[in-house]
Amino acid sequence: MKRTFPLILVFVFGILGIIPFFVPHPVVQNADEFLRNEFLRILVAFALVLGLGSLLKVHIDKIKRKRENWQYSWILIISFLISAIIGLFGGVGGTGILPTTIGSFQFDIWTIYWNVVMPLGSTMFALLAFFMASAAYRAFRARSTEATLLLAAAFVVMLGVLPLGDRISPHLPSFAQWIMDVPNVAGQRGILFGVALGALATALKIILGIERSWLGGGRE
Amino acid sequence: MIFILLCALMALAPPSKVRAYDTPNDGGGSVTIEWQISPDDKELIGYQIYRSEDGEIYEKVGFIGPGRTRIEDETQDGPEYIYKVAAVQDTIRSYSDPSPPVMSRAHLVDRTKTNVFVSLLVFGAIILYFTYAARKGKEMFIRKIAGLQAVDDAVGRATEMGKPILYCPGIGYIEDIATIASLNILGEVAKKCAQYDTKLINPNRDPIVYTVAREIIKESYSSVGRPDSFDPDNVYYVTDSQFAYAAALDGVMIRERPATNFLVGWFRAESLILAETGASTGAIQIAGTDQVSQLPFFVTACDYTLIGEELYAASAYISKEPLLLGAIKGEDWGKFFIGIVLIIASIIGLLTTFPILGLFR
Repeated sequence: MKRTFPLILVFVFGILGIIPFFVPHPVVQNADEFLRNEFLRILVAFALVLGLGSLLKVHIDKIKRKRENWQYSWILIISFLISAIIGLFGGVGGTGILPTTIGSFQFDIWTIYWNVVMPLGSTMFALLAFFMASAAYRAFRARSTEATLLLAAAFVVMLGVLPLGDRISPHLPSFAQWIMDVPNVAGQRGILFGVALGALATALKIILGIERSWLGGGRE
Repeated sequence: MIFILLCALMALAPPSKVRAYDTPNDGGGSVTIEWQISPDDKELIGYQIYRSEDGEIYEKVGFIGPGRTRIEDETQDGPEYIYKVAAVQDTIRSYSDPSPPVMSRAHLVDRTKTNVFVSLLVFGAIILYFTYAARKGKEMFIRKIAGLQAVDDAVGRATEMGKPILYCPGIGYIEDIATIASLNILGEVAKKCAQYDTKLINPNRDPIVYTVAREIIKESYSSVGRPDSFDPDNVYYVTDSQFAYAAALDGVMIRERPATNFLVGWFRAESLILAETGASTGAIQIAGTDQVSQLPFFVTACDYTLIGEELYAASAYISKEPLLLGAIKGEDWGKFFIGIVLIIASIIGLLTTFPILGLFR
């Protein structure tokens, strides 16, 4: 029963997920909307409590055991508590019962998001430029035939999109575009073709109970 | 008399043969109106569509440019509607005859998706056939996938070095098929980690994925008889923020120095940040995603990459479960069948396109 019940649930909800694709009737579409939005949102709320519990547990444990860099866990816990209190009682945009303004200094959850979370995310994203440079260096070392081909294709495409490419030969930009439009798209379509069928097969395997790795594997 | 004749000569010809019908294959609430363009179409600024419930009072419900012959109108299911289409030139309107009454309703089946339904049945039948054949004991050959062959070595290396394994299921949600495939692989990797008593770290970005991943790892440890080795603190939720999650994983890679990083699932821009950081720590990296735009980053920065469908075949490949291998065989036959259809369609397309072969058109 421990395994049968989840399998039945997956089969029923899997089929319920397929039906709305073929049946446009509002009764079916509304039920699907309810399952995907309302029901899933309730599940997320429960899972979020579990998730945040696990996050706090891991960091409290780290502080207790004085593991490496345990001091940073205090920053996480304090930030977590402060933003939770401001978010719960300060309201979005400082409309809650907790005052979120001292003079001209605002610290409502929206201000915190725009001035702390967003810049931190942007900083991480900006690092991508440097990682891309190091990855390009690694990829373009012509160590094998494939890497040499990659280097040659990238060189032509990069040259083709630069004004210099047009000066070298007026055909270079269109050749670079051809590389992007034909061999590149052909390769991508081949992968997408496999992805689509693989996704369908995986969905069928899970719905029909053939794939049970998500249950920890094995048979009944 | 001359004035009347001039007016008649200058009058706009209205659109004709106005036809309104319930929009097919929809969920109701829509009527499609079609008409034949006015002979003066080139002089028009467009067509106005009028609707009435009683045939006397009309309200304007739409406007469409010249040369167009079709529009959909949002309606309520139940009442009958009558439509008129007016040709518009500056302030002049020339109205068509009213359409017959029409009523919109919800349809039970979208017939335009019949081909998808038939394909689904055929493909499902092929998979079921090969699964059945595998159950009967038929041997299934599956080509070698380097990235998956390396899983054993990767876990063994981590065990020998006494270092953990990091498993990242990506930033997808539980409804993403790549995340589901990743969780299937996680189950098999967790079993191997349990057998070798290797620490498995699994930080998650989505709370639902976290709860599912935790149960999968727990079950995997139990299924190989090592429930006591499961440490729930190694499976945890980090944050919902994409780049904060990437930063947290980078931190784990730098601090814990895992011997092996699995980056398998649904990824976006953080893929390269993770893969490059992992490469800088000297870890063996096995990546896999169905996101075509992220594959070059993984191919560049990781030792092994599962490309597209290999990701979905991974759990069968690792577990060597005959039924799953049978399903992959079915998947391959499905692809073969579709490939043949594409080739035939391409040949027919070519035969009708080349002017010299216009005979076949």
